[in-house]
Amino acid sequence: MLKFIGKRFLQGILVLIGIYALTFFLVASTPGSPFSSERAMQPEILAQIEAFYGYDKPVGERFLTSVGNILHGDFGPSAVYANRTVTEIIAESFPVSLKLGSISLLVALLLGIPAGILAAVKKNTWLDYVPMSTAMAGICLPTFVMGPLLALVFGLIFAVLPVAGWFGPEFVVLPAATLGLYYAAYFARLTRGGMLEMLNQDFVRTARAKGVPEHMIVWKHCLKGGLIPAITFLGPALAGIISGSFVVETIFQVPGLGQWFVKGALNRDDFLILGLTVLFASLIVLMNLLVDIAQVALNPRLKYD
Amino acid sequence: MRLKISYRRKMQMKLVRHAVLIMLLGLGLASCGSREPATDIAAREGILLWGNGTEPKGLDPHLVTGVPENHIISSIIEGLIAYHPDNDMIPAPGMAERWEHDPAFTVWTFHLRDAKWTNGDPVLASDFVYSWQRALTPELGNQYAEIFYIMKGAEAFNKVETKDFRTVGVKALDSKTLQVTLNGPAPYFPNMLKHYSWFPVNPRAVEAYGSIGDRQNSWSKLENFVGNGPFKLKKWATNQEIEVVRNPTYWDAKTVKLNGIRFFPIENAGTEEVMFRGGRLHLTNTVLNEKVPIFKKKMPDQMMIEPYLGNYYYKINTERKPFDDPRVRKALTLAIDRQLLVDKVTKGGQLPATGFVPAGVPGYPPSDRAAFHPDEARKLLAEAGYPNGKGFPKTEILVNTLETHRQIAEALQAMWKKNLNIHIGIYNQEWKVYLDNMKGGNYDMARAGWIGDYVDPSSFLNIMTTGNGNNDTNWGDPRYDALIDDAQRAPDEKTRFAMLREAEQIMMDAMPIIPIYFYTRVYLKDPRLKGWHPKLLDNHPVKYLYFDGQRVTAPKTAGSAPKPVSTASATAPAQ
Amino acid sequence: MTDHSETAVLGNEAAPVPRHSASEIAEHELIQGSSLWKDAWSRLRKNRLAVASLVIFLLIVVASIVGPWLVPYNSQEQDLFLGATAPSAAHWFGTDTLGRDLLVRTLEGGRISLMVGLIATVVSLAIGVIYGATAGYMGGKVDATMMRFVDLLYALPFTIFVILLMVAFGRSMWLMFVAIGAVEWLSMARIVRAGVMGLKKQEFVEAAVSLGYSHKRIILRHLIPNVLGPVIVIATLTVPAVMLLEAFLSFLGLGVQPPNASWGVLINEGQQNMEIFPWLLIFPAFLFALTLFCLNFLGDGLRDALDPKSAKD
Repeated sequence: MLKFIGKRFLQGILVLIGIYALTFFLVASTPGSPFSSERAMQPEILAQIEAFYGYDKPVGERFLTSVGNILHGDFGPSAVYANRTVTEIIAESFPVSLKLGSISLLVALLLGIPAGILAAVKKNTWLDYVPMSTAMAGICLPTFVMGPLLALVFGLIFAVLPVAGWFGPEFVVLPAATLGLYYAAYFARLTRGGMLEMLNQDFVRTARAKGVPEHMIVWKHCLKGGLIPAITFLGPALAGIISGSFVVETIFQVPGLGQWFVKGALNRDDFLILGLTVLFASLIVLMNLLVDIAQVALNPRLKYD
Repeated sequence: MRLKISYRRKMQMKLVRHAVLIMLLGLGLASCGSREPATDIAAREGILLWGNGTEPKGLDPHLVTGVPENHIISSIIEGLIAYHPDNDMIPAPGMAERWEHDPAFTVWTFHLRDAKWTNGDPVLASDFVYSWQRALTPELGNQYAEIFYIMKGAEAFNKVETKDFRTVGVKALDSKTLQVTLNGPAPYFPNMLKHYSWFPVNPRAVEAYGSIGDRQNSWSKLENFVGNGPFKLKKWATNQEIEVVRNPTYWDAKTVKLNGIRFFPIENAGTEEVMFRGGRLHLTNTVLNEKVPIFKKKMPDQMMIEPYLGNYYYKINTERKPFDDPRVRKALTLAIDRQLLVDKVTKGGQLPATGFVPAGVPGYPPSDRAAFHPDEARKLLAEAGYPNGKGFPKTEILVNTLETHRQIAEALQAMWKKNLNIHIGIYNQEWKVYLDNMKGGNYDMARAGWIGDYVDPSSFLNIMTTGNGNNDTNWGDPRYDALIDDAQRAPDEKTRFAMLREAEQIMMDAMPIIPIYFYTRVYLKDPRLKGWHPKLLDNHPVKYLYFDGQRVTAPKTAGSAPKPVSTASATAPAQ
Repeated sequence: MTDHSETAVLGNEAAPVPRHSASEIAEHELIQGSSLWKDAWSRLRKNRLAVASLVIFLLIVVASIVGPWLVPYNSQEQDLFLGATAPSAAHWFGTDTLGRDLLVRTLEGGRISLMVGLIATVVSLAIGVIYGATAGYMGGKVDATMMRFVDLLYALPFTIFVILLMVAFGRSMWLMFVAIGAVEWLSMARIVRAGVMGLKKQEFVEAAVSLGYSHKRIILRHLIPNVLGPVIVIATLTVPAVMLLEAFLSFLGLGVQPPNASWGVLINEGQQNMEIFPWLLIFPAFLFALTLFCLNFLGDGLRDALDPKSAKD
């Protein structure tokens, strides 16, 4: 077990280094610069700004410097937001996304998994189609339609919830519902597939023949195995959902991490882009490790390798 | 079998019931949220809820360039001259109690009042000298440094031609007297000083966190900020809100009526609108153009449309064929039905732009050269060698990503197709790439906008001189440059305006730009908010704002205890 | 195990792909002649929802291709005096804010959106299948290296990646399709690799090897055709994922260049004015959602049909 974790950890470090290099050179070769501005700048001033952020040096040298800085825990300044560091920006917005993400994921699980089980048990009937269609709605309407619709209906027409903002528990409901609905579809699908597979195993038919009640078959024998696909997905889903969603955060005015992924890329805030990349990749690596461990726990036939 | 099915049913029912329960729980939780609108509570307490567009890039007046930053910074820092509540042409006293100038409008003397920084320091003339030195220090990389070039020696210092700041035309004659020497006469200088680039910073605060030229100086962070304005910084939550509260040590604290302002950085216009309608904002930053006519009809007391000193125009790359021919440029200009465009597309009461300097500058009406004459346009195009658009090369309009830019470009595209029978493509690019291409001259036609820094034609005409960094069209005319330059030394305003007008007409005859419309500020405002007047540059001095029915809070000056009246009026319903 | 992979949409913008997706997907699914396809078809036909989805999807495709020629309006013809008008006999879907016929714009938008979906999927298919098959067939060090690279890309935040690609390649619609396809091939590669690993040990492959056929021929002629089942399933699910991604890019304003408009562009425009001009949202959003519904159900149906184990009842 420890050996397994150690091995995975080393692999993870390699992945991080690879990703960092890839992103760095991709960013460096994309047109546009963090310092271009609408109002013309005197070339002398531009040169000073570039020198301050190290952009007067060749790309290779900049890369090595930045890797060195990161190893010292310094992700650099934001190139766009005066006197804010990348670490500060992430530290401020990540907890918000963590909170919204965990609640959304809970919503997704509570909606998706029951829908998936029901659909599998009643395959190819209306009790399959209706819950699956409902769950699917979340991935068939873009979030930028779903969000404003929910805001309009619950925020303005019924006026039971705040339309946007992030100032208390009631502000979480609409964004969490929008985001949760989106992920619910995936969980419903995975659960349905996993359950179907279990329900078609030979031992299930044997059990049925022996007269074991159906609910016992579903709950006792199939559920654990049938949930494996959903659990496998939980890791990357968690990493994705807690790193925020630009659309939901923009529409509901949530000060989360997701906005920075887009703003960073559009503003060409190079240091921020790199910091976010490292954070996201670390999350994915970590979550996958946890999933591996969970899988073995659920399925004793698997072994660490 | 039957038994089995019923078990299944039961299980399903159970599941359904669970699901319903969870949903109800969600709704139950949700309904706790309904209560009195936040705007009502805030209005009563004298707190302004302001939709402020976007997260400020910073609050250091020497490092930022945007309008949202301006709203916040001008509420927490005050320069020599302050905004007048309703007249853009009048310089209101700020840190300077009074000022005088020599007959040539070149040497200005400002007499500072007794005012305090929020850390207790007195505001001194030397603070301004330090601040302007900082703003011009090359290493700081102040993007607005150019605005200081009106001051003697400023350009040389900023461009590292000299390291001696004593060569720059600003000095503290004593602790309360500041003398500024300009390159030439500038009667509009006090109005120029309203711009936040000229705002002071507290030298002790800056030096405590870094050197004068340090871009990463953290003095302007929430916990370190020192200001001298009517409000002071209280909360700064990135992408969420910035809150300022009344500054009791402000010199004119008795005029300040609001108890605080909360600035919300809301980029999505749709979100901002539902927040306004949902009772979470008193002021929005903008309104989607399609909604303007609806709101004008439904809530005329809240839909605000005011002139704004800005020009929306297309730059033409005059070095590229076929735009190197002035006849082609003129044909394009004359083929645009601007009235139709502002009525049917932009919808925000914008004025058709017939010249480069927008309407609104007293004594300087707009030029009339860019009118709608489709026949004349066709004639010019034929003269240039493209009769009925035949043989017109493939060209493109470069726009940056925004719904309205796209709509306007599509409408113009259709007008040119209809009136000149030519096809001009649209190329939509991300902001930073768009800027790179425009600044690099890598475009045929490009969308542009220019907002005046101060109310004067020179704020517009100066950018079109040969080789100016904001010209970008490769057009230049020595006669134009000479007129602009000479106008700076004109003996009086009338002569100066005549010279500027002559220059503008020279440019409009060459047409390196296509004026499209003059901006308006289009936003929603809570009718209870008072003391807010239309301003050409959208700079509303916040110290005069108040709410109808606001609870009266006595300014915290020595000796005045809170009156019992205040509690009584708190229970009265806000109107 | 059934395949439980989902296609990646946007790293943190949408559900990412389960890393262990599709494990031994093709293992139990070796092609035994054409009977598998026949069986699969007969199983698919029993799934009413999947069949209905297929029919509706085909109708939408045909309407998008043929429709614009039948509507008596040009999608770029404006009537600024008319502006946005509600559906009428003259304009069945109404007109947009510039007075353009929404029916023809929606149909042409469908062309673009479906094309984005299909072309990007084909690109991802081409890269994924060849990459996965090569890794699976070569095995050993080559496989390990190639799959580490896939791991690496999985951990990349796709939002940033796609935006940078769009900024760099946004000028051409075709380059945009390729850019999207280039980030969507990962799960495809994984699935194909897993399938090929399973097949490699089979007699017919070993026979081909002993006959001295080239690697290229074995991969292209023997291995790839035998993993087509799961590939088709994933492809069917990639199309809606790509269309959703395109819609997201339209929300950011990074989509197709005006005056062309995809469904994403139209929906985003409609969303902003949904209270005052609801038809601008309803028609494109309905067709978009319907298409995505159909493709998703079709994909799920195909998965059930092509996986004999899960479809025995």
